Amino acid sequence: MKTDELLALMNEPACAHNAKEKSGCAKPQPGATQGGCCFDGARNALLPIADAAHIVHGPIGCAGSSWDNRGTRSSGADLFRVGMTTDLSDMDVIMGRGEKRLFKAVRQAVETYHPAGVFIYNTCVPALQGDDIETVAKAAAERFGVPVVPVDCAGFYGNKNLGNRIGGEAVYKHVIGTREPDPVPASAQRPGITTHDINLIGEWNVGGEFWAVAPLFDELGLRILCTFSGDSRFREVQTMHRAEANMVVCSKAMIQVARKLQEDYGTPFIEGSFYGIADTSRAFRDIAGMLNDPDLTARTEAMIAREEAKVEAALAPLKPRLAAKRVLIFTGGYKSWSIVSAMQDLGMEVVATGTEKSTEEDKARIIELMGPDAKMISDNDQIALLQTFRECRGDILIAGDRYIYPTLKSRIPFLDIDHVRRIGYAGYDGMIELAGNLVHVAHSPVWKKVQTRTETPRRAA
Amino acid sequence: MAEILTPTKALAVNPLKASQPIGASLAFLGLANSMPLEHGARGCTSFNKLFFMRHFHDPIALQTTAMDHVIAVMGADGNVVEALATICARNRPSVIGLITTGLSEMQGADIQRTVAMFRTQFPAYDDVAVIPVATTDTIGCLESGFARAVEAIITTLVPATQSIVRHKRRVNVLASAMLTPGDVEAIKTFIAAFGLTAIVLPDIADSLDGHLIEEGFSTLTYGGTPPASIAEMGQSAATLVIGPSVNKAADLLHARTGVPDFRFDSLIGLDGCDAFAEVLAEIAGCAIPPIIERQRSQLQDAMVDCQFQLGGARVAIAADADLLCALTGFFADMGADVVGAVAAGRAAHLGDLSIPSVVVGDLEDLEFLAREGRADMIVTNSHGVEIARRQQTALLRAGFPIYDSFGAHTVTRAGYAGTRQLLFETANLLAGHYQEIRPYRSLYWQGTPREDEVTC
Repeated sequence: MKTDELLALMNEPACAHNAKEKSGCAKPQPGATQGGCCFDGARNALLPIADAAHIVHGPIGCAGSSWDNRGTRSSGADLFRVGMTTDLSDMDVIMGRGEKRLFKAVRQAVETYHPAGVFIYNTCVPALQGDDIETVAKAAAERFGVPVVPVDCAGFYGNKNLGNRIGGEAVYKHVIGTREPDPVPASAQRPGITTHDINLIGEWNVGGEFWAVAPLFDELGLRILCTFSGDSRFREVQTMHRAEANMVVCSKAMIQVARKLQEDYGTPFIEGSFYGIADTSRAFRDIAGMLNDPDLTARTEAMIAREEAKVEAALAPLKPRLAAKRVLIFTGGYKSWSIVSAMQDLGMEVVATGTEKSTEEDKARIIELMGPDAKMISDNDQIALLQTFRECRGDILIAGDRYIYPTLKSRIPFLDIDHVRRIGYAGYDGMIELAGNLVHVAHSPVWKKVQTRTETPRRAA
Repeated sequence: MAEILTPTKALAVNPLKASQPIGASLAFLGLANSMPLEHGARGCTSFNKLFFMRHFHDPIALQTTAMDHVIAVMGADGNVVEALATICARNRPSVIGLITTGLSEMQGADIQRTVAMFRTQFPAYDDVAVIPVATTDTIGCLESGFARAVEAIITTLVPATQSIVRHKRRVNVLASAMLTPGDVEAIKTFIAAFGLTAIVLPDIADSLDGHLIEEGFSTLTYGGTPPASIAEMGQSAATLVIGPSVNKAADLLHARTGVPDFRFDSLIGLDGCDAFAEVLAEIAGCAIPPIIERQRSQLQDAMVDCQFQLGGARVAIAADADLLCALTGFFADMGADVVGAVAAGRAAHLGDLSIPSVVVGDLEDLEFLAREGRADMIVTNSHGVEIARRQQTALLRAGFPIYDSFGAHTVTRAGYAGTRQLLFETANLLAGHYQEIRPYRSLYWQGTPREDEVTC
């Protein structure tokens, strides 16, 4: 990828961070760096497209230790779980055979697995070699009659966030707008309900959590043309340009897809989250608000009232066990405040939140929720984080999977909210699950037993 | 003799292989106060760290030189020096393993020279051992990367002075990547039964066995072979080499120290354990201790008990070469039929297997062989779950990564007791998988109450 293309991707006008600093391009410090690369981010963004072949073009280091390691779930097609890589050998590199191998690899994938589309992910070694994956993709698509999408996401271009954007960009350029949506099935039409088409962008269906929310969309007459990309299909991604409204879910990284759909097709979008009661309700309200349908708005309010009453009733016995528990949240971006709001819904006290990948807007919302003295942690160093936790006298730490074992080794109660988990926390039902798990973690009898041994009275022999 | 087959597929499907850098990192994770540093883009390290975290359920010490695309072209020596200095300043390790990747090897990184640059610029960190190892991921696999790291550790830390046996009751152990922390622990116990102590290189039983420490979280390893012990390997009475992949490391150690060595392809199964016990008895100058004799007879009893279950069972195995050979031998010893064998990477000793052929390939190849050979059981890592489901076989988890169950690090299959455990585990899996004859329902039952009975 050319330098100006990379700079263009880092310059995202719809992102509030844009005016200030571009954390996406901060140079990582050798010997003190954590987190994934562009390839990691791009593949995460697109891998949930379940009926596509996802081919990693590179030596085994890229796919070998990372294939099929996501928590994202599909309701049917499962081709995305098949690990595919060109597994470049030293002879491929020395003799410059990478492009040929890639072309043959696409043929093998198409002939063996009949994918709806093929994604090719570029990695550092072929990028340094100068493999022209765009041309290979074009030639392979023509020869094999299947859409082949080049994703130029070599790991050394930058971090995971940038990779998300590269993934979104590739789809915007090569997939979206290449097919018209199917007509609404007659059997799904209900009298008095107008069907509206929408997209969700940046929802990954981790642990199948979106399935807790999806029935509510059906109920309201909101047809999701595409969930980009959790449990999606290639042919759905192709139709995203026809939505009446878009929602960007919990991830700034894909916002450029929404912005471009707005610029090119006039589709309005909102940003929202399905974590927590307040946010879930707000998301439905905001979607209805974009669609100018008073009947939909009324039905949405009725649905919200019903669901909130249901979840409040389910949470009532759990809340006293969580009240006044002090929680430290360390996660990125949107979640840095959306999870804060969810914890406050439960009556817990949020003592600090991580802002490593948060935007200025995110930080403003944190202050709104936690007050002007809100403690924000921008350093992702694990030792520093554990130190802060102790200083804040926290009871429980909520963070991504990178922090699980450092925290558990420190004998600190921990709840995992990262993308490799198998448990869903989205929507009203997800909140009940989350509260239940917080109770188990916070009240586990184990924490007392594993504290450093003090004067244990011993029985005389 | 087995024919080694290398299919010419353009696309590897469901890779079995993990990379050389990840194997080298694992070896350095078996040293005390150690930090493996991968010289590549940050993603390599991020993936590898997660890979080990999910396998071992522990924090994993691993760092990166964080190469970007500009540095990849303009030269990354600065990154290496900066990374080494940063780790020394922040973490104060005793050892840093400097591990190259496909990216830095392709760039032509000269890490020996870069380490010399670091030494000149930062004499304050002279007490930190830096061990460079070249492990491109365009060749080899986890096992070979691990072995290369063991070779580099010996080259860097063991002085080339001919053996003066100062410790008559101490042995060295060179442990291949096929051994789990549980295996290494069992081997140490085995050796201790003869009144001997061992320096194990690398000792992942001490670092990755999963234990809480007073200090809580550490950015470095939680144990492992101390560099000072490695430096003393030339003073031991003998070296025990476990796994053909570390034979080259054994040659190096022998050349540097002259300590006699004894080599074992595997400690799974009666024969390997017998040979091991006899050598230990010879070194210790004693009879085989009663506890070991007892374990031996316990294993024999288990072999008798399980022979029916395993006899004729059809098994397909995919793993790195050492483990593949060890398990193939185990199943052959029990009268099972190995209908498919897939190795992640090439190794000369694959040809010695007593099966017609072995494929160097991926899990798609394993699935094909399991289907063609009507396998009852497949043996591979956690990625085999889907294959076992599709092919309706039992699954024995072995190798890397095992991410869908707890306690992978404690699994112990080496030694008499470990082999016995493996026997029971295998027999139970096969018994659980066995399909009984379905009931026959006679056509004369129509219209009688038996017609309404539901077949279980």
